[in-house]
Amino acid sequence: MPDRIPDSTTKVPVNIGTTSAWEYAPAPERTPVEIEERYGLYIDGEFRSPRSRRWFETMNPATGKPLARVASANDKDVDDAVSAARKALPSWSRLGGQERAKYLFRIARRIQERARELSVLETMDGGKPIKESRDIDIPLAARHFFYHAGWADKLQWAFAGAVPKPIGVCGQIIPWNFPLLMAAWKIAPALACGNTCVLKPAETTPLTALRLAEIFEEVDLPPGVVNIVTGAGRTGQHLAAHPGFDKLAFTGSTEVGRKIAEAAAVGDRRLTLELGGKSPHIIFADAALDQAIEGIVHGIWFNQGHVCCAGSRLFVEESIQEEVIRRLEHRMRTLRVGDPLDKNTDVGAINNPEQLAKIASYVETGQSEGATLHEVNNQKLPSGGHWFRPCFLTGVQPSHVIARDEIFGPVLAVMTFRTPEEALKRANNTPYGLAAGVWTDKGARIFEMARRLEAGVIWCNTYNQFDAASPFGGIKESGFGREGGRHGLRAYVQL
Amino acid sequence: MVAHPVDAIMLEQRAASFTRRSIKEGAKKQGLRLALSMVDLTTLEGSDSPEKVRSLCRKAIRPWEGDIEQPLPSVAAVCVYPNLVPTAKEILEGTGVKIASVATGFPSGQYPLSVRLRDAAEAVAAGADEIDMVINRGAFLAGRDEEVAEEIREVRSTVHPAHLKIILETGELGNYDTIRRASDLAIEAAASTGPIRDGEIFIKTSTGKIAPAATMPAVLVMLEAIRDHWFATGVRIGMKPAGGIRRAKAALHHLAMVKETLGDDWLTPNLFRFGASSLTNDLLRQIIRLERHRYMAAHDFSEA
Repeated sequence: MPDRIPDSTTKVPVNIGTTSAWEYAPAPERTPVEIEERYGLYIDGEFRSPRSRRWFETMNPATGKPLARVASANDKDVDDAVSAARKALPSWSRLGGQERAKYLFRIARRIQERARELSVLETMDGGKPIKESRDIDIPLAARHFFYHAGWADKLQWAFAGAVPKPIGVCGQIIPWNFPLLMAAWKIAPALACGNTCVLKPAETTPLTALRLAEIFEEVDLPPGVVNIVTGAGRTGQHLAAHPGFDKLAFTGSTEVGRKIAEAAAVGDRRLTLELGGKSPHIIFADAALDQAIEGIVHGIWFNQGHVCCAGSRLFVEESIQEEVIRRLEHRMRTLRVGDPLDKNTDVGAINNPEQLAKIASYVETGQSEGATLHEVNNQKLPSGGHWFRPCFLTGVQPSHVIARDEIFGPVLAVMTFRTPEEALKRANNTPYGLAAGVWTDKGARIFEMARRLEAGVIWCNTYNQFDAASPFGGIKESGFGREGGRHGLRAYVQL
Repeated sequence: MVAHPVDAIMLEQRAASFTRRSIKEGAKKQGLRLALSMVDLTTLEGSDSPEKVRSLCRKAIRPWEGDIEQPLPSVAAVCVYPNLVPTAKEILEGTGVKIASVATGFPSGQYPLSVRLRDAAEAVAAGADEIDMVINRGAFLAGRDEEVAEEIREVRSTVHPAHLKIILETGELGNYDTIRRASDLAIEAAASTGPIRDGEIFIKTSTGKIAPAATMPAVLVMLEAIRDHWFATGVRIGMKPAGGIRRAKAALHHLAMVKETLGDDWLTPNLFRFGASSLTNDLLRQIIRLERHRYMAAHDFSEA
């Protein structure tokens, strides 16, 4: 046996690991993004100053500081945009699917190439975590253009036996929760089918739509095919009331949706609405619980709960309520709330101060109605900007305001049930019908629940899964019409 | 035993989310050193020689001979076949680096129980501090759970007070539900032999002889089983992914997964280990790069 190696090497002090807590260091996304001081309206292929001569500020919700001044379109500006779209319509629709597809492919590629910049801008303007804009919003926006590029020259196969024709000029109004993604949802199918559009992004998040206009310029999209008018609710009213549209598409609150529907109810005009929701999440005792917890987290705290299909009502089978709450609290503690540009942030800033006040008042109402607030995530919130801790409430009754109204924030109402019948009854007891989630290990029960739940989208053993090929939309007061998939194309063609 | 069904879609989505964690600067520096201190430096080849084991033991104590500002931690343990335990003991005794030995008919476990128990007993007698046992997959997959549990209890009684790591060989179990069931079975069987202290019992993914070995979703299922046992009893079971973790980055992803599933309490070699060999040199490369701002060549490190 050889000699033992010298003591000098063997008897060094041994340091078995570190015992202090291991915290993630700040990991800010540092891609620089140029933001101009002012952004005009994008009409007829060029950026122009508004006839209104009015501008408004768009803020960074994480700091409360302004990012840029953006044109506020009045009725004359909207008029210009509609005329430009009307003028562009004949040549765009006659161009043919193959040629239109090329433009859509180019737009998709440019979105991919500029993805990092778009993600950072989306996060700065809207407050959502960079990991969401980077991994979900922007890739999905590109995906929508790719997907619809594929359809552009195959429309007659989408509608067997029919000859699909464009509808004409489309007015499109989109919300602030997924700014670029919603723009893609609206614009991509419209262009694929040969329509031209006027898009109004939300007043708190106009910057990525305006970047998209730059991309249209880069790919030489013919002038007037897409026009982007920015502004607040009044601009939206001008759009909704304008007689020059053949179709209106709106995504936003049910309240505004009603007004849009009223305004649209003149002449021969198509309408699709994607509105609010109060989507139920039903967890049976036999469910894969840890994955159900992930579904709950993803369902309500994704994008600070600013999601129309947020799983905001949780129905838990009574026998597992304690277990679910314990796991949910354990999981909630790991959520990282804070700087949206930090790559490890899970929950970002609330989009705007009005929304923050609304969320806070709902949580207060909930407690005064007798519900118990669980706010176990005790991370220090940043100063400045608009913040709300993710939370959930137990002891909620189906009649409580927080179990009925759409809160559109990181607030979950937890209720229980004993039988599948009771779960169904409670889940369907809402004016909304956008989405629903069912969690059970039993296949037959999934089909039974999916058949009887009143919702446009039903996810089973998962939640918030989106793809361009999968139609999305609601029933009841959550709207009508579908976006995505073959069903979504139907909203942009005449047969 | 309460059934804990697992659903692949959200499990894999959650496991993938840890690979999106951005571990930078101080967190990276600390994480890499922490990971190094958690390595069970392993050699399990038919060709293992006493010289190779001695070299591995020296590396375990001092992972790198070069100059570095802050001294490097030793790795947690050296893991060898039972007949090489005496060789490892000569070098490691008194250093704090543990001697782990695979036993119980590793890797297949396809031997009579008496042979497997004697294998484990002899490894302990030769000086092993920790025994990495394999479960009887034949019996488990055939549904003879009680037989598997009884064997675990017997091994545990045989090797006590040496620590026990129970290898499930997740690559042979077929799906996540089964991995969860095997985890629960192993933990409950070991816990039923009497009171156990934190870190006395580990569950371990693989032998390293079967692919796939330690995948992140499989490890996550096992961490969830450990967490549920902790919820129910307050006892902390350890976790050891083994096989397939070769990069420092993958190690950091695992640490993030442990942190967010079980908490910081588990971020210690007493409760978490990496069964690996080539991982060590990649950790060293990254640690040194943070200090010197350049990568060392592969030949600057001794074989692991």
